[in-house]
Amino acid sequence: MEAYTALRHFADSWALLGMTLFFLGVVLFTLRPGSKSHANEAAQIPLKED
Amino acid sequence: MSNMNYTIETVALAVGAFLALLGVAFAQDSQFAAHMWVLFFALFAGAVLLVRRANFAPASPAQKALRQSEYFDEVVKYGVIATVFWGVVGFLVGVVVALQLAFPDLNIEPYLNFGRTRPLHTSAVIFAFGGNALIATSFYVVQRTSRARLFGGNLGWFVFWGYQLFILMAATGYLLGITQSREYAEPEWYVDIWLTLVWVAYLVVFLGTILRRKEPHIYVANWFYLAFIVTIAMLHVVNNLAIPVSFLGVKSYSAFSGVQDALTQWWYGHNAVGFFLTAGFLGMMYYFIPKQVNRPVYSYRLSIIHFWALIFMYIWAGPHHLHYTALPDWAQTLGMVFSIMLWMPSWGGMINGLMTLSGAWDKIRTDPIVRMMVIAVAFYGMATFEGPMMSVKAVNSLSHYTDWTIGHVHSGALGWNGMITFGAIYFLVPKLWNRNRLYSLQLVNWHFWLATLGIVVYAAVMWVAGVQQGLMWREYDDQGFLVYSFAESVAAMFPYYVLRAVGGGMFLLGALIMAYNVTMTILGYERRENVPGATPAAALQPAE
Amino acid sequence: MALLDKHKFIERNATLLLVGSLLVVAVGGIVEIVPLFYLENTIEKVEGMRPYSPLELAGRNIYIREGCYVCHSQMIRPFRDEVERYGHYSLAAESMYDHPFQWGSKRTGPDLARVGDRYSNDWHVQHLTEPRSVVPESVMPSYSFLKETPLQVRNVGMELVANRRVGVPYSDEMVEFAAADIAAQADPNADTSGVEGRYPKAKIGDFDGNPAALTEMDALVAYLQMLGTLVDFSTYDDAAGYR
Repeated sequence: MEAYTALRHFADSWALLGMTLFFLGVVLFTLRPGSKSHANEAAQIPLKED
Repeated sequence: MSNMNYTIETVALAVGAFLALLGVAFAQDSQFAAHMWVLFFALFAGAVLLVRRANFAPASPAQKALRQSEYFDEVVKYGVIATVFWGVVGFLVGVVVALQLAFPDLNIEPYLNFGRTRPLHTSAVIFAFGGNALIATSFYVVQRTSRARLFGGNLGWFVFWGYQLFILMAATGYLLGITQSREYAEPEWYVDIWLTLVWVAYLVVFLGTILRRKEPHIYVANWFYLAFIVTIAMLHVVNNLAIPVSFLGVKSYSAFSGVQDALTQWWYGHNAVGFFLTAGFLGMMYYFIPKQVNRPVYSYRLSIIHFWALIFMYIWAGPHHLHYTALPDWAQTLGMVFSIMLWMPSWGGMINGLMTLSGAWDKIRTDPIVRMMVIAVAFYGMATFEGPMMSVKAVNSLSHYTDWTIGHVHSGALGWNGMITFGAIYFLVPKLWNRNRLYSLQLVNWHFWLATLGIVVYAAVMWVAGVQQGLMWREYDDQGFLVYSFAESVAAMFPYYVLRAVGGGMFLLGALIMAYNVTMTILGYERRENVPGATPAAALQPAE
Repeated sequence: MALLDKHKFIERNATLLLVGSLLVVAVGGIVEIVPLFYLENTIEKVEGMRPYSPLELAGRNIYIREGCYVCHSQMIRPFRDEVERYGHYSLAAESMYDHPFQWGSKRTGPDLARVGDRYSNDWHVQHLTEPRSVVPESVMPSYSFLKETPLQVRNVGMELVANRRVGVPYSDEMVEFAAADIAAQADPNADTSGVEGRYPKAKIGDFDGNPAALTEMDALVAYLQMLGTLVDFSTYDDAAGYR
């Protein structure tokens, strides 16, 4: 029970915060200025000749 | 391929067939002996065919031109044919099991009782139809988007035929009563080991092709395919951990028990949906929709966020299959929270898929293949709204154990997985066999409407059936007694079960039309008909 | 820019994509499943649980083989209607020796978690042979072949050993007497003190109406008749069991 309570507290606080920040980081990283040209480039891949 | 020498393969098959015979001879139980006979005949037939150097390829002149292309498409062609074949088989068994529930006299004991035919249906549609669709399309897409030939040479053939052997052993095993009773992971330990080998080969072929790509980027469809392959490997290995009673018998005992076993199984079971039926098929969506409408995906960056959010959240959602059971409450809550959050990336993906058509919406009207893909994404959106809703504990208390769940699964499986696969098949067949177009686009239209109506009938009927079932089970009278016996709730299901079989029958009919259309296209026929979008044959006459 | 280069690297490196995906999908499983194994309160403290007798285990394997779990759950949820219909809600402890679990996911037929002792052996045999002769509304298939099929008893000891390897506390004595116990439990004329001592509350006697033969029907009915009967609920504390 002790280990569970401690882990639960950790999961509800720092781990939650960490995962949220990580996710926000992924989102910001993907949407950052400058990524658009790469994205557009990649998006064209299927339309090239096959 | 006819000029190649398959010595090693032939010897391996012959040795395998011999080992299967030894398995028959020393079997610890009659089921294992029967199953080894099946294996023997399958491997023996394979060896004989190879010895005779049977040329499987249809001998058309177009064939030769394609064989010299840089892509390894022969295995994709086999995969497409296998997908159509297993689709028809799986849907047919589905209609049969639906009728067994309505008319129990259709059960033929012991081999064709519902308890054995139901896993046959689920495995046939998920693993045989869906799995072949995933393998075939992933092999096609990864080559095109990497601009590289499939890695590993004949390893691609091993993946294809190895997977068919897995299907054969799984299917015959169910009818023989060989099962672990883990839903969607029923095959016993030795079939599981075989699938693991095939799956590792699949990963090698797929990853190897990405690694040798000439394109700087890894296209997002390949991300989804890769996550699907890797995650299924992890899930399959962990969920099937078991100790066999004997290495020459069918029976094994799961490494886990009770509550841990239940959560492991539903962690697997839900992510079979999440990664096999969602991530892999999203890979299809992200390639075939842009191809068919000839526009890049609406937002590539959204697709990347979609990817990471989806794979991160899906893996947690398993416990919603175990609401109010003996699973500890904290795990149930965790599962519910993530299931609800999953709604967001799911709809992000749906919007991305649909908006790819922006500026080309008229194609929904003019191109029946686009229409098929669009309705697939629409059903994906509906199913991924209904799913989070059903994972709310209050809703689940009513829906769990009822036919509502069955309806939900089928709106996703028939609507999303089925339709996007049909769209991909209709796209692939003319390309792979070098045809101008499909045999008939009007038949695609027929397929579309039969399938769509079939799904709507199926899902609506099962939804009503499930809600009624759940309400009957919990209905009290004024004195505080339960109103209905369980048997009365069974009897009340009869009309719904009949209608469900009708809906499934329509879906099956659509698939049969597709099989005909695909066959005629491969054979090189073109039906004379007005092709939507093409210029009319005769100019309009002025009125007199 | 260094950051941009790094981004390109992630987007273009297949191995990294592979490892990244695997890490992301592994988190959920580790956080959700692993605690169940070491948190002591996952399984309630109860009295009465014991491993299956060899005959019950054989019956359970027939239950699995025939896919009964496809239509029957063994998991009573803590709702008033379910408890009134089926009995006390199911505890995790009650499936602690179940490799694999049989909680099920669909109730085309009723829950079976506590079907034990509810009907007579004769009823079960009749019901399994011709379901609609006792429950006219039933859509269950017939399992009449079970009565005609002799129970395979060649490897009874091995079955117990395999269970022991995955954690079921079968003693050496239980393994040694497995073959004798499987026969004795279904034989009205046998000395059953051994099997009764090793497996308290085991149902003893002929189950399938044919004392001359040990059939699969004997095993399946023996299993059905003990389902949900082991735990002594007079000593169980609901509040302490909550987790």
